Amino acid sequence: MRDALGSVQSVLVLGGNSEIALAIVDRLVASRCTKVLLGVRSPGSATATVSRLRAAGIDADTIVFDALDPASHTKVIDAAVERIGDLDMVILAFGILDGHQEIDTDPVFAAKVVQTNFGGAVSAGLASAVQLRKQGHGTILSITSVAGVRGRAENMIYAASKAGMDSFSQALGDALIGTGARCVVVRPGFVHTAMTEGMKPAPFATTPDKIADTVINGLQKNKELIWAPSIMMPMFLTLRHLPRFLWRKVSAT
Amino acid sequence: MPSTPPEPAAVRAVPASVELFGWGRTAPSGADVRRPTSPIELQRALPTTFERGLIARGLGRSYGDAAQNAGGTVIETTDVAAFTIHESDANSDTVLVTADAGASIDRLLHALVPQGLFVPVTPGTRYVTVGGAIAADIHGKNHHLKGSWCNHVESLHLQLADGSVVEIGPDRDPDLFWATAGGMGLTGVILDATFRCPRIGSSQLVVDTDRAADLDAVCELMRSGDHLYDYSVAWIDLMATGKNMGRSVLTRGRFATPEEAEPKIGADPYVYKAGELVSAPPFMPAGLLNKLSIRAFNELWFRKAPVERRDEIQSIPTFFHPLDMVRGWNRIYGPAGFLQWQFVIPFDATRTLTTIVDELSRSGCTSFLAVLKSFGEGNAAPLSFPAGGWTLALDIPAGVSGLGPLLDRLDDLVVGVGGRIYLAKDSRVRPELLPQMYPRLNEWREVRERVDPNRNIMSDLARRLGL
Repeated sequence: MRDALGSVQSVLVLGGNSEIALAIVDRLVASRCTKVLLGVRSPGSATATVSRLRAAGIDADTIVFDALDPASHTKVIDAAVERIGDLDMVILAFGILDGHQEIDTDPVFAAKVVQTNFGGAVSAGLASAVQLRKQGHGTILSITSVAGVRGRAENMIYAASKAGMDSFSQALGDALIGTGARCVVVRPGFVHTAMTEGMKPAPFATTPDKIADTVINGLQKNKELIWAPSIMMPMFLTLRHLPRFLWRKVSAT
Repeated sequence: MPSTPPEPAAVRAVPASVELFGWGRTAPSGADVRRPTSPIELQRALPTTFERGLIARGLGRSYGDAAQNAGGTVIETTDVAAFTIHESDANSDTVLVTADAGASIDRLLHALVPQGLFVPVTPGTRYVTVGGAIAADIHGKNHHLKGSWCNHVESLHLQLADGSVVEIGPDRDPDLFWATAGGMGLTGVILDATFRCPRIGSSQLVVDTDRAADLDAVCELMRSGDHLYDYSVAWIDLMATGKNMGRSVLTRGRFATPEEAEPKIGADPYVYKAGELVSAPPFMPAGLLNKLSIRAFNELWFRKAPVERRDEIQSIPTFFHPLDMVRGWNRIYGPAGFLQWQFVIPFDATRTLTTIVDELSRSGCTSFLAVLKSFGEGNAAPLSFPAGGWTLALDIPAGVSGLGPLLDRLDDLVVGVGGRIYLAKDSRVRPELLPQMYPRLNEWREVRERVDPNRNIMSDLARRLGL
């Protein structure tokens, strides 16, 4: 169960190798969380994390999750409930970033990015919501991006997919009002991770640990939308309204 | 010839899922809420299948998740609220009252006080039900002399998870009775109870007020003088630091005689008026209550109290239920909600009390007035909260940074000296501390195993704490 300060006792991470999600998990287990299930494409990829959590006395495990296989998502959620019981929190943390590649010439890969980031979030989010409604409580933590607020030429596919995920997640949260379940949206700015390695950092670039601190604080304050770092809120609420010719200049620098 | 009860109208099942909060408005959950309107409906409200269990709910004054049951059934008892005042010998000190579980102290007082009677125990709000009073084994300003609510219960009817109804009391299946006292509603659905109500001389109290400069001073005043008063409680300013740390206003009193009350209320000594004066606004922005505003409020409140005042005549609502004048005051904490932390530690742990008050004041953790009281001995209930010692209760906005680790640290101090926290207030304690706080937890679990082996009576609190 969630407590009054936003701590939870069990968590399912879909995208179990996400550095941001794992930084959040580290803080959850430091508080009340005793059960962690990591949804990953290949179970071997999360072995080190599972061992580390188990060494700390946490009931940790992996479960096979493929964002590109929506038909399996309900089964994944059911198996997760079988394994750890009520899902106090489901973190939607999987995603592909296209910033490194010339994908404007690779429509097939572009479609895969959208199917993973957006399509996967919709099917996994809905499958989770069914369970959360049934159990009468629980939080879907949907990690989108400030890129979804306004995309740049260099990350157009990623930005568009995150915009879709963000819009879906907010509306899902509204649909869940009154059920005890909820969907909280996290919009990180530029984060130094393996995914962004080699990319030019955007202003106010930060680390997974700092993002996680902001998320935990937002959960305690019962926020529905968490900008991380919090400066992203005034920044992007301004940037999204810039005329396109100005935005092109600003975003290219 | 036994009469067959009439077939009840179908139990009103309101929408499939209703989101329920505790008083602190922190971690809501959805449940199938049923609201029976008669004792027979109440008995028939028990579901036939229990996928996620059932819990009874009264007026929702528990701060945390005690009266929530995520994904399961919640039976609201507040429409089953009749009561009978039994005939009694005019010379007896107390009168028996039998009340349905959903009857509130508010409704009881409106009937009892005009007849020269009072409830055996009242907490700081009169909006609690008889069922809730038993489930939390509530206490009040008279605990040092009279103990908690269940000390005054003669018998009660409890519906068990299998649908059967049993009558229990201190001398009738005492194990189940005492497991139900303070058992957070987890032994079954309390249907009604019979308890002893004391006679009073008037509807007014004779109140003495003392302002104490610091924690030592207020503890000394209570130690030396509480036995002279029927009711005693101190309000303590946890925002005050340094030499003012723990400064308090102690109010103590007893019911007035008709002669003492007459100059204030006239010839009818039992006139009783209690209502709500104002409502809190429905929406409050976050951060309205901050260090500055609360510090200013506390300062003002301390300054306005007399240094020492004797024999002031106060009404029941003023003395016992001041917060009830503001309807929905729990909304003033904004979207993050708030929590209450209440503990009791033995009298000989005065130094730990000082350490805790010091930590709280130095943390700058924004708290309105906190309540300090000295408890008398506890009763036979394994999960009843009160025990001989100091109890401190404080409201804290849930959004305060660093609050979780701070309270975890303070819990450790409490457990370290053999103290405990109050489950009816709890919304965040670490489950692993419970066996230390309530050493007789296993006895309670054995009774629960006997009456509800499948754990069909279930609440969010029970899930969170692994009760």
